[in-house]
Amino acid sequence: MKKRWRLISIAAVCALAVLAGCASNGAGGNAAGNGGNATPAAGESGSGALGKIKDRGKLVVGVKYDTKLFGLKDPASGNVEGFDIDISKAIAKHILGDENALELKEVTSKTRIPMLNNGEIDMIVATMTITEERKKEVDFSDVYFQAGQSLLVKKGSPITGIESLTADSTVLGSKGSTSVKNIREKVDGIKVLEFDNYQDAFNALKAGQGDALTTDDSILYGMAAQDTNYEVVGKPFTDEPYGIAVQKGNSDIVQAINDTLKELHDSGEYDQIYEKWIGKKPGE
Amino acid sequence: MDFAGAYSAENLRFLADGLYVTLIVAGASIVLSFLIGCIVGVIRYTRLPVLSPIMLVGVELIRNLPLLLIIFFMRFALPEVGIKLGLVAATITGLTIFEAAMIAEIVRGGLASIDKGQIEAARSSGLSAMQTLWHIVLPQGLRRMVPPLVSQFISLLKDTSLAVVISLPELMHHAGIVIGHGYTYTIPILLLVAVIYFSVNFVLSVISRRLETRHA
Amino acid sequence: MDFTILTDYFDVYLEGFRGTVLSSLLALIGSFVLGALIAVFRIAPVRPLRWFGTGYVEFIRNIPLLLVVYMFYYGPSALGLPLDGFTAGTIGLAVYTSSFIAEAIRAGILAIPKGQTEAARSSGLSYAQTMIHIILPQAIKLVIPPLGNQFINLIKNSSVLTIVAGLDLMYFADIVNADTYRTFDTYIFVALFYLALTLPLSYGVRVWERRLERKY
Repeated sequence: MKKRWRLISIAAVCALAVLAGCASNGAGGNAAGNGGNATPAAGESGSGALGKIKDRGKLVVGVKYDTKLFGLKDPASGNVEGFDIDISKAIAKHILGDENALELKEVTSKTRIPMLNNGEIDMIVATMTITEERKKEVDFSDVYFQAGQSLLVKKGSPITGIESLTADSTVLGSKGSTSVKNIREKVDGIKVLEFDNYQDAFNALKAGQGDALTTDDSILYGMAAQDTNYEVVGKPFTDEPYGIAVQKGNSDIVQAINDTLKELHDSGEYDQIYEKWIGKKPGE
Repeated sequence: MDFAGAYSAENLRFLADGLYVTLIVAGASIVLSFLIGCIVGVIRYTRLPVLSPIMLVGVELIRNLPLLLIIFFMRFALPEVGIKLGLVAATITGLTIFEAAMIAEIVRGGLASIDKGQIEAARSSGLSAMQTLWHIVLPQGLRRMVPPLVSQFISLLKDTSLAVVISLPELMHHAGIVIGHGYTYTIPILLLVAVIYFSVNFVLSVISRRLETRHA
Repeated sequence: MDFTILTDYFDVYLEGFRGTVLSSLLALIGSFVLGALIAVFRIAPVRPLRWFGTGYVEFIRNIPLLLVVYMFYYGPSALGLPLDGFTAGTIGLAVYTSSFIAEAIRAGILAIPKGQTEAARSSGLSYAQTMIHIILPQAIKLVIPPLGNQFINLIKNSSVLTIVAGLDLMYFADIVNADTYRTFDTYIFVALFYLALTLPLSYGVRVWERRLERKY
């Protein structure tokens, strides 16, 4: 009997602590939300945002974990590697003087803007195209990579470019990406299936769920390198200038990123990173 | 189908990392949802004024929504109203809210199944309502709840896989990454993951059967 | 609350709603047929059938739904016969739910007094005839509340279809969200669509349960 009482009282105390924790969390969060909801982080603009990163001593960047060449998690080492990671390191070095003062968090096309505006990450370096629509949600740096939308198909497929696609074709893409919007505009009545991330979309292409996978050629080349049964076909049919996104109003961070990009270009380091991942010099 | 390649040491270690996250998240959610579910269930059983009707509405709403939606909502919708939860916290909160609603119903049902005659006898022999609840109703009720509670915990463990929609690095997410690295691994990896989930849940149900026979 | 999301994207929501309803209905029929078959296997007088039935139920019940769906999504395509997300998802739902329905039906059958089976058999009916004409029709009445609960679970669980691009409510909600960037409002409306399906069903199950309680 005694033992049961002890258990029950411990349980009750724990439960109360949990409830109290939830309640205070909710209240605190709400207060912050009233200020931040209409214009995200408006109160933190100016030198505050960059200062916060410096105070923390660590840059938190949202990158892809499933995109070869740009951001890919290697099961063997557990590391995330790619073009976007090297750019993030350079930014960390510029802001904090140490390229390892960097924490990476996984984002997908679907989750990156909410995570940025929630303040979980300082910036998005994740194959993100600069568009007018997105500029309403976030601020962008200068272009740091020039991609174009293209198609990936199984070798020997009758599809040789966007002109082969008809209303009867099924194309696979990623939720929240610009490519699925573009392809619907370019090919009237085409069937598009959207997945949570490129990993699932590529797995679906391999599983025969569609005729082609569409996204930026840069990402598709990575997939073709991962599995040589697949190839990129046709010329790119859009311009996809990649930018680094920050919360609206954080102009100081944008400035720091643009300075970093300029340094990288001037020193020739950008060309090195580009060649390391893409296999050729920019513009070739 | 490439079994040897799929079951390489690196891949197995990577899956083990995922299993670790699955177990941690499931363990924390089981403890929290059991505690909260018990409290809500007792309040519902005792028909406490004001609180009980509020909880009835809450429990009914949550029980009738998809868990996938709740987890996604915790992670990406709540921040818009200022409540920010990280990856693990959002998963545990979503799982806990959903499973606590389920458990509250199990607890309420278990307590309600106790013979009314016993309660009347206890009350007329001079025990207070609280004492009757503690000494007569709860001990018997809890015993009857063990089987449905355990199957609820097994559901919870399986349901952690739904956190793939918010990219929690648990077992299913890691399985997806391994499959992405070699499509010929698909079937071997899916089989292995099935065996892992099955084994963990099987151990849980064996333990519960032991508990039942000991208390019966 | 921005109701223009609901009005502007009503067609998109509705398409997803249709997908969810269709998938749940098809999976309900499939899982009922499969579940009844497995339940009969589990109590059949033939030992291998019993083994198969028990193995099926124990295995499926202990692995996540998402894994079952993946098996039907990736498995057939490895054999050169790809199923689309909706089909694979619906079959996965049916197979997963059948293991729970089998248990519910088995419990219902066992609740019918043994004497009835003996009487039917001794009057010359075969085992299958006894099951189909005498036992199952009575068991089904008892089984309706748990079946109703499984149908509610089916509707909620059909949300995993989004992971394999299965054209359900969650899938189209993700598409609305990618357009609006208003996660909170977008998914609150999704929740309302789910509740419109599940709440009336929950209520119906309760009413039926009460009717049974009064009868027995």
